[in-house]
Amino acid sequence: MSVLVDKNTRLLVQGITGRFGGFHAGLSIDYGTTVAAGVTPGKGGTIWGEKVPVFNTVKDAVENEGVNATAIFVPPPFAADSILEAIDAEVPLIVAITEGIPVRDMAEVKAALKNSSCRLIGPNCPGIITPEQCRIGIMPGYIHKPGRVGVLSRSGTLTYEAVWQLTVRGLGQSTCIGIGGDPINGTSHLDAIKLFNEDPDTDAVIMIGEIGGSAEEEAAAYIKDNVKKPIAAFIAGTTAPPGRRMGHAGAIVSGNSGTAEGKITALKAAGIEVAETPSDMADALLRIYHP
Amino acid sequence: MNIHEYQAKELFAAYGVPVSKGVAVQSQDAFDEALNSFPENETIVVKSQIHAGGRGKGTFTDGFQGGVKLASNKAEAKEVAAKMLGNTLVTHQTGPVGRKVQTIYFTEAASIAHEYYLAILMDRDTSKPVIIASTEGGVDIEQVAENTPEKITKVFVDPALGIQAYQMRQVAFGLGFSGQAFKDMSKALDGLYKFFWEKDASMVEVNPLILTEEGNVLALDAKVGFDDNALFRHPDIVALRDLSEEDDKEIEASKFNLNYIALDGNIACLVNGAGLAMSTMDIIKHFGGEPANFLDVGGGANAEQVTAAFKIILSDPNVQGILVNIFGGIMKCDIVAEGIIEAAKNVEITIPLVVRLEGTNVNLGKKLLDESGLNLTSADSLSDAAEKIVNLVKQSES
Repeated sequence: MSVLVDKNTRLLVQGITGRFGGFHAGLSIDYGTTVAAGVTPGKGGTIWGEKVPVFNTVKDAVENEGVNATAIFVPPPFAADSILEAIDAEVPLIVAITEGIPVRDMAEVKAALKNSSCRLIGPNCPGIITPEQCRIGIMPGYIHKPGRVGVLSRSGTLTYEAVWQLTVRGLGQSTCIGIGGDPINGTSHLDAIKLFNEDPDTDAVIMIGEIGGSAEEEAAAYIKDNVKKPIAAFIAGTTAPPGRRMGHAGAIVSGNSGTAEGKITALKAAGIEVAETPSDMADALLRIYHP
Repeated sequence: MNIHEYQAKELFAAYGVPVSKGVAVQSQDAFDEALNSFPENETIVVKSQIHAGGRGKGTFTDGFQGGVKLASNKAEAKEVAAKMLGNTLVTHQTGPVGRKVQTIYFTEAASIAHEYYLAILMDRDTSKPVIIASTEGGVDIEQVAENTPEKITKVFVDPALGIQAYQMRQVAFGLGFSGQAFKDMSKALDGLYKFFWEKDASMVEVNPLILTEEGNVLALDAKVGFDDNALFRHPDIVALRDLSEEDDKEIEASKFNLNYIALDGNIACLVNGAGLAMSTMDIIKHFGGEPANFLDVGGGANAEQVTAAFKIILSDPNVQGILVNIFGGIMKCDIVAEGIIEAAKNVEITIPLVVRLEGTNVNLGKKLLDESGLNLTSADSLSDAAEKIVNLVKQSES
């Protein structure tokens, strides 16, 4: 009952010997995730945290440990290179946590992804979690609960807010996907909606968007024609001034495009229940979904 | 990061993009020397340099009209420049406060046969750089896109391949160029794309790009923004940063790795995470308040950063209440609570403070705040917190 990750996921952590990567690799292991290998160039042959073998290259990690997903905790100047290395080694699922990767680097990564069968989630995202099975990223594990609601979002803490609202109302989650706050990302709202729509164990979805770009509108157009599962949404940034980057590199209103109002109108037109405030996300879903 | 027109044109010139000759000056004493290189009795353009569009149609706060002026000779150019320098220019992009003009750019005037629009930016939908060109230059491109979209040519460049000769032809023919001007236009576009790509620009806009009566291609204006995430590899671009164009509080915030944007309201907020920070502003507005800022302290803020955040918030004289909204994920609530207590020791907080903590170590955080003796109001949910701060600020006003 999940998409993309479950108890069979064998995770590689690129940047496992770094402070940030190591800390979260530890939390993922505590959560029950199989962290099968780490990669830090120059530290191949060592053991991290008493039992995780470290390799010099992603290719070595794939060949020796059969990893099928990787988490990227590499600093921004080197992150695109790490993603390209994972694509070259054909790791099916690449989750890039790193915030601050240059847009130009991501344009190159995106071009490389098109010629591969890999899926990228992120960058600049909290990661992906299937409750009580697999945690890849930086989200607090304990707020999640297994269940049948899918959550997808461009924002980390806003995802936690939605998940927590669901959990305290007794609603568990199938999988929660943080697609990231950058202007160029690997998995779009639309991609994630398709995954949840096809997943027999997801009954309903909370989709969180924000100002900038037109990814939410694209997802709305698809939902209108193809999705029968109940979907609630929230769009952040109604009060954001035009032309300013609101923290996320992708959160910017340019001219008349990317406004919260435009997105909310498109979502409502697609029959999606739009939450009035960020406090209303789970309740908005419960107005149209009766488990 | 944005730069001034004169800086952008210097970069253009280095990439073979033709620009009219110009000199930038920062003081009146330098006017004479700057104007020395201009021919006698020829028209000179005097341009205020600020990081905002609409300069030509702008008005100075003392009533002087126009941030871009034509002067018929050097004496007139000096006179006009003296009125602009140090004066505050208000345009539709600056807001009512306007921007102080600290640099004047003198350029040679050009005889315009036709004005075009040319821009390069990163297209989010295709993840490719897109060249946008139009025969309608000198006007707002968004209006052209709405009224006469057929007059806009868009060419997408494969980031792995870079700009190709046929794409330059598509643009130059699309704009109706021929002969020598066609070749010059292609060369200018080649240079502009290389500049965009090599310097990690987020946007390059030339409006207008002109064809002169003499048949030359010229970039008459230049607006350039850079990807902040890529500045680490461009020290030459960082050196062009003009701090006087930025908000003091935003500069201070950036020293502590805080993401702060000043707004016009009276309720400040301190939040972890960009999405939650934006929605906190939204929910303040929803309950009838006005947010004073966007502030994301990030995922791993420490007590020093929280203290700095409070100082910045309180330096805004409009602020009459503070809402702290933390969803501790990786960031632990007790660390945030310690930061608040530490900040209260260093900065006197006399206005209403509402704190909403949730997530990792929430009980420990709440306990620390309760025992601190600080005068604050706790809230359980985001809506509860927003409602409380809006009401407290309204009470203190009445």
